[in-house]
Amino acid sequence: MGILEVKGVNKRFGGLQALGNVNLSVTENTVHAIIGPNGAGKSTLLNCLVGKLIPDTGSVLFDGQSVLGRKPHEINQMGISRVFQTPEIFADLSVFENVLIPCFAKRDGAYRLHAFETIAAETDILGKAEKMLRDVNMWDKREMHAGALSRGDKRRLEMAMCLSQSPKLLLLDEPTAGMARADTNNTIDLLKEIKSRGNITMVIIEHDMHVVFSLADRITVLAQGSPLVEDVPENIKGHPKVKEAYLGEAAH
Amino acid sequence: MDALILQTLNGLDKGSAYALIALGLTIIFGTLGVVNFAHGTLFMLGAFCAVTLQRIIGISETIIDPTKKDFLGNPLKVEVPYLQAWFGHDTAAAITNWSVPLSLLLTVPVMVGIGVVMERGLIKHFYKRSHADQILVTFGLAIVLQEVIKHFFGANPIPTPAPAEFAGSIDFGTMLGFPPNAIVYPYWRMIYFLFSLFVIGGVFAFLQFTTFGMVVRAGMADRETVGLLGINIDRRFTFMFGLAAVVAGTAGAMYTPINSPNFHMGMDFLVLSFVVVVVGGMGSLPGAVLSGFLLGILESYASMNWIKDIIPGIDQIIIYVIAIVVLLTRPRGLMGRKGVMED
Amino acid sequence: MLGLGKKDLMFLLIVVLLTLTAPILLNPFPEGSAMAQFNAGYPDLMQRIAIFAIFAVGFNILFGLTGYLSFGHAAFIGVGSYAMVWMMKLLTMNILPGLILSIVMGGLFAVVIGYVSLRRSGIYFSILTLAFAQMCFNMAYSVLTPITGGENGLGPQIADPRILDAVNTSGSVPEVNLFGLSMRATYKMDLWGRLFQFNAGYYVCGILSVLMFYLALRIFRSPFGMMLRAIKSNQHRLNYTGLNSKPYMLAAFVISGMYAGLAGGLMAAMDPLAGADRMQWSASGEVVLMVILGGVGTMLGPVLGAGFIKYFENIFSKINDSVLHDWFSIFPKWLENLLVGILHPFVGQGWNLTLGVLFMLVVIFLPGGLIEGGQRIGRLFRRKPDAKGPAPASTPAE
Repeated sequence: MGILEVKGVNKRFGGLQALGNVNLSVTENTVHAIIGPNGAGKSTLLNCLVGKLIPDTGSVLFDGQSVLGRKPHEINQMGISRVFQTPEIFADLSVFENVLIPCFAKRDGAYRLHAFETIAAETDILGKAEKMLRDVNMWDKREMHAGALSRGDKRRLEMAMCLSQSPKLLLLDEPTAGMARADTNNTIDLLKEIKSRGNITMVIIEHDMHVVFSLADRITVLAQGSPLVEDVPENIKGHPKVKEAYLGEAAH
Repeated sequence: MDALILQTLNGLDKGSAYALIALGLTIIFGTLGVVNFAHGTLFMLGAFCAVTLQRIIGISETIIDPTKKDFLGNPLKVEVPYLQAWFGHDTAAAITNWSVPLSLLLTVPVMVGIGVVMERGLIKHFYKRSHADQILVTFGLAIVLQEVIKHFFGANPIPTPAPAEFAGSIDFGTMLGFPPNAIVYPYWRMIYFLFSLFVIGGVFAFLQFTTFGMVVRAGMADRETVGLLGINIDRRFTFMFGLAAVVAGTAGAMYTPINSPNFHMGMDFLVLSFVVVVVGGMGSLPGAVLSGFLLGILESYASMNWIKDIIPGIDQIIIYVIAIVVLLTRPRGLMGRKGVMED
Repeated sequence: MLGLGKKDLMFLLIVVLLTLTAPILLNPFPEGSAMAQFNAGYPDLMQRIAIFAIFAVGFNILFGLTGYLSFGHAAFIGVGSYAMVWMMKLLTMNILPGLILSIVMGGLFAVVIGYVSLRRSGIYFSILTLAFAQMCFNMAYSVLTPITGGENGLGPQIADPRILDAVNTSGSVPEVNLFGLSMRATYKMDLWGRLFQFNAGYYVCGILSVLMFYLALRIFRSPFGMMLRAIKSNQHRLNYTGLNSKPYMLAAFVISGMYAGLAGGLMAAMDPLAGADRMQWSASGEVVLMVILGGVGTMLGPVLGAGFIKYFENIFSKINDSVLHDWFSIFPKWLENLLVGILHPFVGQGWNLTLGVLFMLVVIFLPGGLIEGGQRIGRLFRRKPDAKGPAPASTPAE
C-alpha cells in the first residue's frame, strides 16, 4: 500500500477523455516521475491529486484518506506541498517573509490570529526560516523583493517554501521548466539532497529526461490519458511502447 | 391583479433606464475590461444635453414693441426667442414643445465626443492597471463631471416637460376589462419603454449582424486571442466606448420628463446599475438587460402598500437584498459566464 | 519596548509628540495677520483630523494590507454615531460607554457584512459592500426613523432618561463629558501674538488616535499583518501553503470596521448629532481617497491623507472671490480677473470639484500617494538611485 493511491480515475472535459482509468501507487519515500508526450494528461492528473479537479469516477487516497473535494489549505495540512509550473510566490514580499509564512502555517495550522504578536519574537521560526534559506543558498538575498528574483531563484525560493513545511509528499510540476542548464543541475542536486535526507515522497512531472533519469526511482509513462508503462528507469529507457508513444507524437 | 399589472408597467420605465445603463457598462467591461464608475455620470450628462437644448431654444433678444405700452406708458420691452424671430411663431412653438425628443440630435454627437475624449484621454491608460485603480480614477472623474454640472446648472432639479401630445395618460385598464382609472399609465413612460427596446434591439442587431459586431463579440469572449489576430483593437475599443456613452446619454436625455434631472442623478443610478450588472452576470449583455427590467419591476412591486405593511421599508432595499442573495447563490449572476472577473 | 523595534518606537514617539503639540504647531501665523486664515490649530478642525485619521488608519488595515477595496465603510461610521448618541440618551453624557458600544457595534456590523461580502473577491466584493452600505443608508432614512431620527438626525434631548447621570435641572441638554471633563473645555493661551487653544475634546480624539495608530503599527508588524500582505500578493499560494485566507480576511474586515465604529462614535461625541448622510457612498469614497492620497499600505499615509483633505477642505471652503481678488491684486486687472475666474469653481462651494480633480491626479500620476511623492523628492536630492529597487517589503515606508 503506497502513500498515494490513485484508483480508477476518469476525467472528461466535454468530449475529450483527459484521463482514462488511471491507477497509480506511489511508495513512501521514493521519487516517482510521471512522463508523457504533450497532452497526455499529466497536468490534469496532478490537479486531481491536489483536489483542484474532481475526477468523474475513481478515488485518490493520501495516507489512507481521500483528498477529493478538499480545499487547498486542507490538502496542504494533510502534508502535501506543491511546486507549480510557473513559480507561485509572494512577489510583493521579501524573500525572507516568503519562507516565514509557510513556517507559521506549519506550526499554527490553517488560521491563528496573531495580530498583536511580533515576528521578531518568534525566534524558533526565524531560525528555521534562516536555515531553510541557507540550505538553498539564498540567505544573502533575504531582503530582496521576491518578485525581483531571477526565474531560477524564484523556483528555488518556491521549493524552499514547500520544504520548510517538511511535507510528506512533494508534488513538482516541471520544476526545471525554463531554467538554464546550470540552474537545472543545481535543482537536481538540491532535490537529490532532499531525497537523501529521507522521509519525503516526491511526485515529479517533467519533460527533461535528464532530470527524470537522475532522480526517479520509478517512472510512469502516460499517453492519451492512460498509463502506458510503469517501471524502474533502466527498463523505461529502451521500452518499445514508450518509443512509440513519443515518436508517434513526433510524427505528427 | 390590476395593481400587479400597474406596478409591472411602473417598473418598466425605471427598468428601461437600468437596462440601458447596465448595457453600456457591460459593453465597456466586456470589450475594454474596464470597470467604469463614471458611467452613471454619462447618463446624467445626456439628461443635461436635453436641459441645454431647452436653454438654447429659450435664448431670446429683447426688443421694444412700440405697439404696446406698459402701465407707465413707456414702450413695452418684450423677450422674443431668436427661434421665433427666425422661424415664425408656430414652428418655434413646435420646436420648444418637442425639445426633449429633439435633444437626441444634440445628445448623440455630444456623447460620442465625450466618450471618445474620455476613452482616448483617460481610460486608455488604465487598461493594464488593476480594477481598483480603474474604479478609483473613474470615480474621481464622476465627481468632477458632477461638480461641473452643478457649477453651471445649480443643485436643483430642472423640469423638462415631454411634448404636450404625450403629457396625458393612457387607461390600460379599460382595454383589459378593468374599471376605468384602475391602470393608468402616462404616455411618455410608454414611449420611454419603446425607445429603450428600440435601442437595445439596435445594439444587439449591430453586434449580431455586422462584422464589426462579430469581432467585438469575439473580443468579449476571449480578448487575448482577438488581439493576436492582428485586428486593430484600439479603434474598436474607442468606438465601443463611444457607443456605450451614446446609449447612456440618450437614455438620460429621454428620461428627463419622467424625473427632473439633477447633478447627482448619475451616481444614484450608477450604484443601482452596478448592482444590475452584477445580478445579470458581469460581461453578459442579455443578462444586463434582463436583470435591469427584472429589478425595475421588482422594485416597483415592493413599493405596493400591502407588501410594505408586511415588510416595512422593503421598497428601499429590495434591489440590494436581491443582489446579495443572487451573488451568494449564483456567484456568476443570472447569466454570467465562467472565467469573467474571477481571481 | 511596547513590542516595537527601535525604529518604530522612535516613529511612534514622534507621532505622540506631534499629536500633543498640534495646537501649537498648527498655529504658526499670528492672530489678525493675513495668513491667519491658514492656521489649523482650532479645536473643531483638529478633532476632525484626528477622527478621520482613525478611520483612514483602520481602512488601511483592510485596503492597504489585503488589497480588498471596500466601498461601504461609511456604514460603520453611521452605526458608531448612532450607538454613541443612544448611549448619551439612555445612559449618560459621559462618552466612555458610548465609545465602547460604538466599537462593538461597528465590529458586529462588520462581522455580518464581512461574512457575506468576503464570499466574493475583486470588484464583486466592492459592489457587495457598496450595496450593504446603501441598504443601511436607505433604511436609516426610512424604516428605521424611530432609531435613527431619519432626515432630522438623532441628538440627545433634554427629556432623555440618562439613568446614570444626576437629575438634570439646568433646562438644557447637559454637556458631553468624560468623567466630568467637558469636551468643550478649552484652555486658551495668548502667546507671541498667537492664540493657542488646548481643547479637551481634541485631546480625547488625539490620544485615541495615537492609541489606534499604535495598535495598527503592531498589526502591520505582526505575523497576522504579514499574512494579510500575502493575501494581497498571492492568495493562491497562501492557500496552497496551508493557510485559510477567509478568517484572516474577516478578521481584517472586522478590525477596520471597529476602527470606523470608533471614529463614528467620536464624531457624535464631538458634535452630538448623528445623521444618515454620514453613511452615504460618498463618505466611503472620501476615506478611500484619504488612504490613496496619503499612500496605500504605508503607516503614516492615511494619517497624512486625512490631515491633508480635512485641512484643505476647511481652507478652501473659506476662500471666496474677494479673498482671491486680494491675492491676485498685484497682477494687472485682466490677469487678476482671469485667475480669479479660473480658480472660482474650485473654492468655496466647489471643494468637491477640487477633491475630484485631486483624486484623479493622484491615481494617475502618484499611485503611491504623498508618501511616494516624498520619497521621490528625497531620492532626487540624494541623487543615489536605489540599487535594490524599492525598499524591502518587511518595513513599509513610513
